Amino acid sequence: MEILDILISASFWTAAIRIASPLIFATMGELICERAGVLNLGIEGIMVVGAFAGWMTVYSGYGLWTGVGVAMLSGMLFGLMHGILTVPFGLSQHVVGLGITLLATSLTYFSYRLALPEVTSPPKIEAFQPLPIPILSEIPVIGPALFTQTPLTYLAFVLVLVLSLVLYRTPVGLALRAAGENPSAVDAQGLSVSGIRIGAVMVGSGLMAVGGAFLTMSAFNSFFFEMVNGRGWICIALVVFGAWKPSKALLGAILFAAFDALQIRIQQTPLGANVPYQVFLMMPYLLSILALVVMSRRAEVPAALMVAFNKGER
Amino acid sequence: MAKQSEAQVVLRLDRITKTFGALVANDAVSLDLHKGEVIALLGENGAGKTTLMNILFGHYTADTGSVEVFGQELPPGNPRAALAAGVGMVHQHFTLADNMTVLENIVLGTQPLWRLGFDRSAARARIIKLSGDFGLTVHPDARVGALSVGERQRVEILKALYRDARILILDEPTAVLTPQETDDLFATMRKAVDLGLSVVFISHKLHEVMAISSRVLVLRHGRLVAEVLTEGTDRHVLATLMVGEEVTPPKVADSTAGPALMRLQNVSTADQGSAPGLKSLSLDLRAGQIIGLAGVSGNGQSALADMIGGLTTPLSGTIALENSEPVNWTPRAAVSAGIARIPEDRHKTGTIADFDLTENAILENYSEAPYSRKGWMNWQKAEDFSKHIIDTYDVRCPGPQTRIRLLSGGNMQKLILGRVLEQSPSIILANQPVRGLDIGAVSYVHSRLLDARAGGAAVLLISEDLEEIMALSDVIHVISEGRLSPGFPRGSKTAAELGVWMAGHGFDEEATNAA
Repeated sequence: MEILDILISASFWTAAIRIASPLIFATMGELICERAGVLNLGIEGIMVVGAFAGWMTVYSGYGLWTGVGVAMLSGMLFGLMHGILTVPFGLSQHVVGLGITLLATSLTYFSYRLALPEVTSPPKIEAFQPLPIPILSEIPVIGPALFTQTPLTYLAFVLVLVLSLVLYRTPVGLALRAAGENPSAVDAQGLSVSGIRIGAVMVGSGLMAVGGAFLTMSAFNSFFFEMVNGRGWICIALVVFGAWKPSKALLGAILFAAFDALQIRIQQTPLGANVPYQVFLMMPYLLSILALVVMSRRAEVPAALMVAFNKGER
Repeated sequence: MAKQSEAQVVLRLDRITKTFGALVANDAVSLDLHKGEVIALLGENGAGKTTLMNILFGHYTADTGSVEVFGQELPPGNPRAALAAGVGMVHQHFTLADNMTVLENIVLGTQPLWRLGFDRSAARARIIKLSGDFGLTVHPDARVGALSVGERQRVEILKALYRDARILILDEPTAVLTPQETDDLFATMRKAVDLGLSVVFISHKLHEVMAISSRVLVLRHGRLVAEVLTEGTDRHVLATLMVGEEVTPPKVADSTAGPALMRLQNVSTADQGSAPGLKSLSLDLRAGQIIGLAGVSGNGQSALADMIGGLTTPLSGTIALENSEPVNWTPRAAVSAGIARIPEDRHKTGTIADFDLTENAILENYSEAPYSRKGWMNWQKAEDFSKHIIDTYDVRCPGPQTRIRLLSGGNMQKLILGRVLEQSPSIILANQPVRGLDIGAVSYVHSRLLDARAGGAAVLLISEDLEEIMALSDVIHVISEGRLSPGFPRGSKTAAELGVWMAGHGFDEEATNAA
């Protein structure tokens, strides 16, 4: 019964949406890459970069939005590297992606140590504050959950809407999807497959970095090691869960976040006292795998995902 | 014809040369295309037709030579420029995205990328209008993946027309079409010419070239060897020009059938989706006999081939070999029973595209001596074998280390033929063995099958080409909806009579008579 109490409490849903926000950014980023035909396993590292870049910018005295911008740019830079290596050079997307994750993570920790050599506990910044939306935030449960969040969370939801529109309603979205379905169709129509794919990986990586920045600038207010903690990998699963569609991926992100918020709360119930807490930590992942199995059975994978396009090869 | 030489030259290729490594794909090829005409580019597989058109379209860059469209020289290696100049190309392998709609495939790349939204209804109206004008019926909102091959080709042509193409290049467009669809395509081509477009029709099918073109350019080994007016020539002359020597169909000597090497009795298999399985089918494959299996594609041919090849096991009925009745019918069992399999789709199931010739040559017996001993490969023996096939079966390739995807269909088929025939098989399962091959390769494959028959092998020839079946088979069976007609000895039925069985008639009377 306590679980039921948790499920109808506003604070639970507020937390779920907050936990979902970075996942939404990064999932949308990964979705853009994969829709163009590039699996971006650099996501985990790029989130670390974004988390650090955004936080460091604000810590150095610049504004919060400047921090978001810097995070995005630094993500795009790694995206550019990923794109060049995998698209024109046609290197293995798995190897490049994992390499970028390792490189980006190490480089970030190294930079952190260079910038703050003597700090033992990471300094806090003045992060984004919740911005209640008038009237809407007064609605019970939904109000605090959806309309008493930080601006970055609102941005995440707007992003899903914009991305859906761009993917399905604009020429550039059409070209991007075609690049992921059949690059030779794109080439035969006189468009540049490399241009589209590199562009998609850059924008996608930028969004992943913003997802990382959410952690330091809207959730924990500080940067510490291991803070991304596998969220990037979760986002890759969420893209599959969402069958490469922004709206379904959004649902997946919220669902996962809700499991996560739930397990934290169950740990504090009498049940939590008797069961090792690791079981609860495991729960969101277990449930995600289950949901993934059920949901992704009939998903249509972009036909040219992970297929390098070499112009002029038979 | 005087009219045509005065007509405007819309396309001029000037001394195009292109080499791939040691292979000269095009050797100083020049051609002119005039407004409102259909020219045919005729040549065997690997003669350089597709390479030439890919250069024109900017997919490849020529080593030397130039391309002029409407008097303007095209920059090399730039499909966008070719499109803008009014060249539309329909590739042999379609360049369509299956998960997207017809409309999406057509408008892709036709509008500035950075625009908010696009006018679907205007695009749809335009597509419908073009469909009407050119007789290319297809629903704009259908998913391409759900379309038939013929419909997909219409989408490809619409893609070109939607961009106001004035020159259409059709690369082997009929290879994938039924005769009915081919007629529709020709009607579309005639409409295009009437509307002032010009067409380059690439083919190796002589009767089609004769039917649709006004001039024929013949390519052989990358060289333009002849340019003739269609009116003043005939199929025989063209065949000789294309192959470079007189082509004579293989002579079929009489033979007497030996004992049954394989007996299928009342075999039934499960339906595969929309394709019917076998319905209580009985068939004897006899030594020294070619059995032709005629029928419209998708009537159980694959089910039969899969079953004989060991890929599926029958639900009921028995498979018996000459002196045994195998318990466990698997591909391995089929191979060791001496069944040679020439699969229907040589790209998908016959070869591994990125393996080299040697690796592909030993696919069926890599784990046996002499290619492998005590768990270790003996690549020297494998390479000797593949060199032997290359020499004996005239596989034209740079060498045994070539990846097989780089070979033409004919040469790939010769390798497969060598792979299975060198094992001296007792039963040969030839499923569409000459589909997509040129004349030279076709007669080569046929004569090899006849040699095998003379050597005492039982051959099952599955083909959709009735002419081929009637020319080679000692006994013809027709398959329809998974049911098998009685065997008709050579010459006992005309094509029209077989056609009646192919349409599914006759089977019920047969059942009534039997009862």
